[in-house]
Amino acid sequence: MAVVEAHTQHLSSGQAHAHDEHHDHHDLPWIRKYIFSEDHKIIAKQYLFTGIFWAIVGGAMSLIFRLQLGFPEADISWLKPLLGKWITPEGKLDQEFYLALVTMHGTIMVFFVLTAGLSGTFSNYLIPLQVGARDMASGFLNMLSYWFFFLSSVLMFISIFIPTGPAGGGWTIYPPLSALPQAISGSGAGMTLWLISMAIFIVSLLLGGLNYITTVINLRTVGMTFWRMPLTIWAFFITAIIGVLSFPVLFAAALLLIFDRSLDTSFFLSDIYMQGQALHYKGGSPLLFQHLFWFLGHPEVYIVLLPALGITSEIISTCSRKPIFGYTAMVYSIIGIAFLSFIVWAHHMFVSGMNPFLGSIFMILTLIIAVPSAVKSFNYIATLWRGNIIFTPAMLFSIGLVSFFISGGLTGLILGNSAADIQLHDTYFVVAHFHIVMGTASFFGMLAGVYHWFPKMFGRMMDERLGYIHFWLTFIGAYCVFFPMHYIGIAGFPRRYYLFSSFDAFKTFTELDAFISMAAIFTVSVQFIFLFNFFYSIFRGRRAPQNPWKSNTLEWTAPINPGHGNWPGEIPHVYRWAYDYSKPGAADDYIPQNIPFSQTPESNLPHEKDEE
Amino acid sequence: MATIPVVSKKSIWYGGAEPFKASYGKLMMWFFLLSDALTFSGLLVTYAFSRFSHPKYNGDIENFTFSPEYWPIPERVFTHIPFFHVDAPLVFVGIMTFILIMSSVTMVLAVEAGHRMDKQGVMKWMFWTILGGIAFLSCQAWEWTIFITGIDGKMATLYSNPYGPTLFANLFFTITGFHGTHVLSGVIINIIVFYNTGIGIYEKIGHYEMVEKVGLYWHFVDLVWVFVFTFFYLV
Repeated sequence: MAVVEAHTQHLSSGQAHAHDEHHDHHDLPWIRKYIFSEDHKIIAKQYLFTGIFWAIVGGAMSLIFRLQLGFPEADISWLKPLLGKWITPEGKLDQEFYLALVTMHGTIMVFFVLTAGLSGTFSNYLIPLQVGARDMASGFLNMLSYWFFFLSSVLMFISIFIPTGPAGGGWTIYPPLSALPQAISGSGAGMTLWLISMAIFIVSLLLGGLNYITTVINLRTVGMTFWRMPLTIWAFFITAIIGVLSFPVLFAAALLLIFDRSLDTSFFLSDIYMQGQALHYKGGSPLLFQHLFWFLGHPEVYIVLLPALGITSEIISTCSRKPIFGYTAMVYSIIGIAFLSFIVWAHHMFVSGMNPFLGSIFMILTLIIAVPSAVKSFNYIATLWRGNIIFTPAMLFSIGLVSFFISGGLTGLILGNSAADIQLHDTYFVVAHFHIVMGTASFFGMLAGVYHWFPKMFGRMMDERLGYIHFWLTFIGAYCVFFPMHYIGIAGFPRRYYLFSSFDAFKTFTELDAFISMAAIFTVSVQFIFLFNFFYSIFRGRRAPQNPWKSNTLEWTAPINPGHGNWPGEIPHVYRWAYDYSKPGAADDYIPQNIPFSQTPESNLPHEKDEE
Repeated sequence: MATIPVVSKKSIWYGGAEPFKASYGKLMMWFFLLSDALTFSGLLVTYAFSRFSHPKYNGDIENFTFSPEYWPIPERVFTHIPFFHVDAPLVFVGIMTFILIMSSVTMVLAVEAGHRMDKQGVMKWMFWTILGGIAFLSCQAWEWTIFITGIDGKMATLYSNPYGPTLFANLFFTITGFHGTHVLSGVIINIIVFYNTGIGIYEKIGHYEMVEKVGLYWHFVDLVWVFVFTFFYLV
């Protein structure tokens, strides 16, 4: 306890003596420095590597079920060494394992890659460095956060290999399918592991979120007012708040579902017959589960997306050499999106038997989200407009994100309409929509972040040429995968079906489905370019300069390989916002946040003269 | 702090300060409690949703009989007090609630003693708080025992219960159990803090903030009980 308290005092007041006090950290044993580390930078990298691992697993799963969907006649017994008994003797994919694959693909991508991998990496890495703090508020809880995530990852990974297979009820785990182990094999032990894993995941997210929030509130350096924070920090801050408020409700739902499954309670179950036998469950409601689930589930979409948008704001401004257009509007739209995300959940339930009048209220609230989203898109484009654009790979991925955010957002307007949703619900149109707007867009944000902050993380540069190739192939590939899905969705293809070739109505779309599968295989394959670039550059990349992108934010004032404590001497003070790019009169086209106005009399605006 | 330039005209939001005048630990506790409040809200919403999806009893309260057809009236369910074989609706749970609220009062006094750096005072009031928590948990154990024992030899289980719909007992066990788990962990944390106070850790650090933090948690657990009590026993 004494150590923790001393550390606190050091963090809050000891800026002047930091260097001396930090010498002892260099002597930490290897395992405390790199494995059970309390350093936010190491924890961020742990999240990143785990996230990459899960992205590979989740991506591989999507390839297997895309093979099934695109080429249902093909003999895939060559996958037997990998999948074992899940390949039937006829060389086909087991039908229940197909359901398990789509379930696990969704779970892994949404929670383990785009929540833990994205927020965990960049919130951890950037919050202390960009607000000017030595570390997170509580390094110990931060470490626990990662190891809880690791434990939940291990359980989820184990569930893939158990005899009854992983959870198979869809990533939304709606009861009664998920509640009754006898319903499908995926609702057996796999589902139990899923629920335990997610409960631990929520603990991890809570510990991480508490740290992000309190670090932003309490540990900002002198001069770093809220209105001078980079948009990345705003996004991470609001994301953490959404997470802390929405995930506990999933925790409650998961708890009740665990009781239904293991203790024979009836919270979500009522009047069920199975093989002619009446089950004893009485009085519960599956609709209730959907309400509880989506009260988390919808904010979760923004937990995934907002950090990506924050990263993009930062990169687009830096690489356009222009201040972000409408900084205040950007902040308020983040807050607006966060607020609205809590009151739109039932648009996932338009056809679930909910009162249609409620549906129309949720429809209006849902469509209001288009306003802050449009503000953000407009501001990105306005920032790019007449900017002195430098196309780094990070910039390309950021622009790609804006593209996906707009094209995916537009279909959101269609789906948010409760009448149109009757036709489109649970079709590939929905799949296309959320894969573009939340999946690919956030994934692009994550890649942009990796390209942009790689020099800070590893002290080396990634190869730009490979970055360009990676971007263009991924960008084209992702559109080829998800754009045709809109058509087959409108044609009525339902989600989660194992086979379409037995329906006459879908015969004309067989080639399109095969095309999607080929595009998916292509897009996933080109990610190996990134993987190669990433791992090669860690060891062999060009050495990074101090500030490779000529950026204003504080992390670039830290040493190229920051040690524990981030700045060897005093923590820099902040005098201005993060977006003084191409300021008229300034000698250079950027003025970092730690340069006082007194040093830049030539470029100060009238109201800034007071602060000289 | 001498190196920091004069920023007196700026507000506490200027950075390099704790804008809520609360340490990060206290802020974390507040946000954790917000989060936990939403977990309980999820459970209580489940209660409300389940209760309103069942018919209510419409007859006279005198003629009330237990039936799975409608939601039972709490005054007819919780009528026991230990050692007395009388019909005393809601008296025992009233005592429980009183004990828990009194333990909150003693917690306030412990925090106050901490502000005065009064080690003996903190010890004394923490002791009473722990005792209150244990008393509450013991009462809950008795309450559960009576509830499970049921009426006329029909026990209350998660399959069925003699009081009313299945969900009535399901929710009772889940929500009071979840709250009881919180009280239990609170008692354990209080014991740790009590021990740390005893061996003089906080005296050495120079402040009793840890007592304040567990105090926040303890008050929260009390506050939640007020809601649980209202939902299950009063309405």
